[in-house]
Amino acid sequence: MDVSNFISQFFSPAAWSLIKSLGECFMSPTGFLIWTTLLKSALLLVIILGLVSYTVYAERRVSALIQDRLGPNRVGWQGLLQPVADAAKLLLKENFTPKSANYFYFRLASKLAMVPPVLVLGVLPFGSSLFGVPMTIASVNVGALYVLAISSISVYGIVLAGWSSNSKYPFLGGIRSSSQMISYELSLALSLIPIFMLVGSLNLNQIVQYQIVHGWMIAPFWPQGMSLDTLLHPLALLEAFRAGCSLQRVLIWIPLFISFILFFISMFAETNRLPFDLPEAEQELIGGYHTEYSSMGFALFFLGEYTAMIAGAGVITTLFLGGWSLPLVPDGSHGWFWGLVNIAVFFAKVIVILFVFIWVRWTIPRFRYDQLMKLGWYFFFELAVANIFLAALILTYVKR
Amino acid sequence: MQLTLFWIFSSLMIAFGLGVVTLRSPISCAMCLVSSFICLAAVFVTLDAFFIAIVQVLVAAGAVMVLFLFIIMLLNLQAEECRRVKLGVMLGGTVVVLSFVVLLSQALESSPQFSKPIPVLMAPSQDVSMIGMTLFHSFNLPFQIVGVLLLVATVGVVLLSRRTLR
Repeated sequence: MDVSNFISQFFSPAAWSLIKSLGECFMSPTGFLIWTTLLKSALLLVIILGLVSYTVYAERRVSALIQDRLGPNRVGWQGLLQPVADAAKLLLKENFTPKSANYFYFRLASKLAMVPPVLVLGVLPFGSSLFGVPMTIASVNVGALYVLAISSISVYGIVLAGWSSNSKYPFLGGIRSSSQMISYELSLALSLIPIFMLVGSLNLNQIVQYQIVHGWMIAPFWPQGMSLDTLLHPLALLEAFRAGCSLQRVLIWIPLFISFILFFISMFAETNRLPFDLPEAEQELIGGYHTEYSSMGFALFFLGEYTAMIAGAGVITTLFLGGWSLPLVPDGSHGWFWGLVNIAVFFAKVIVILFVFIWVRWTIPRFRYDQLMKLGWYFFFELAVANIFLAALILTYVKR
Repeated sequence: MQLTLFWIFSSLMIAFGLGVVTLRSPISCAMCLVSSFICLAAVFVTLDAFFIAIVQVLVAAGAVMVLFLFIIMLLNLQAEECRRVKLGVMLGGTVVVLSFVVLLSQALESSPQFSKPIPVLMAPSQDVSMIGMTLFHSFNLPFQIVGVLLLVATVGVVLLSRRTLR
């Protein structure tokens, strides 16, 4: 009260009452929700944009490492300022629209390519909580479905870009991309159903909470209730292991692991990454759907593609790798330090998956188009459906 | 807040719906339909029906309309764009639509349920399990019949498209 009295001396009474009502508005539940949400969105965007530019850098450095080259190492120490130079170059180029292109859709398409991956980030729990504020922008009760729905919308930017360029290579790229994404969406969605059946919820936060208690989805036999104390007592640890490992837990690992593999590979197809980068296969289609774009138009496609990659890695982390949790690390309710650690853990896992994405790109050659379609429709789809039945059988007939 | 958003999105939805009917280019019509579907999903969200909203985006906007757009692009329709508007058709259409609206509003006003506030059906956090229970428990047989119907339709489409190939 003393402090507020002290500050109020500097304002006229009318201004002070205005400031006070503004402050009350700020701390009211709705106001608090709004400004914390804005702050979280800004924080996440800053992290993601930084991560995007350094993923591009990492892509070039890792590819160089794999191919026994040096890669960009001139701008700044070890080339670490390369993303800044790239961004400056892209901004200064001429933003050219071909004469025969449909101007409205040509310009709209590059924006549409950027929006969906950013929207996906809105439901990812990227940390536990910081100062009591949960580190999810929106905890939606159908979060996992929301991710699938938004990624199904991301086709539009690519298809419209291919069509509105009014040029044959972009058109072929757009057509390839839409048929590819429709085919792999099926296995992407179906592969998640065993997880939903196990957890009994579509909320990403609850899926993470489940994984904290029962272990990550790729290894769902965690010692139950393990903490630092149980680590010091071998007998208690053994007991915790026995509690975590029932026959059902061991058996359910099989469908969950199949789910993981299906989801991971489908994610490559969904983000148009090698070995499934047919929509922009350089040797056949020059640049695919973004051939005619330059400057910021091209940059937006590029950003959208890498943001989609990061969002995909975030989804994989959340669904299969335990999200922000790490065994024995407490959550944000134990202090802001642990809240920050949880956020760091989440992004560390994302970076590991991004590395795998890059590693695969520079190791495995591109599929042929008919092979890609056959893999999606003849193999992944059937496997995903069979996997659902397997998981249902295990959950129904094997004792806990 | 929710009510304001409801009116914003429903008016946007109607605006895009008008775009579907009035615009000339088939691609613009398809894109307007997509936008109108997304606005409909937003309207569902303002009514606390998250699951329906997401399914609306996933199925209608994400799968069906992508295929529509795909086909429109492949066929490269031009005939629509040079078609002229006929005055008689316009007038007739307006009369039919207006009489339907009048009929609908009268039917709604005369029904006893119209004046009552609609009761809250369920907590928004449980709509997935509620829909699952309703579909697989109370309406299991109709649900399966619809499933068989869809399968028959799919087989029929495959058969018909095969015959034209030969």
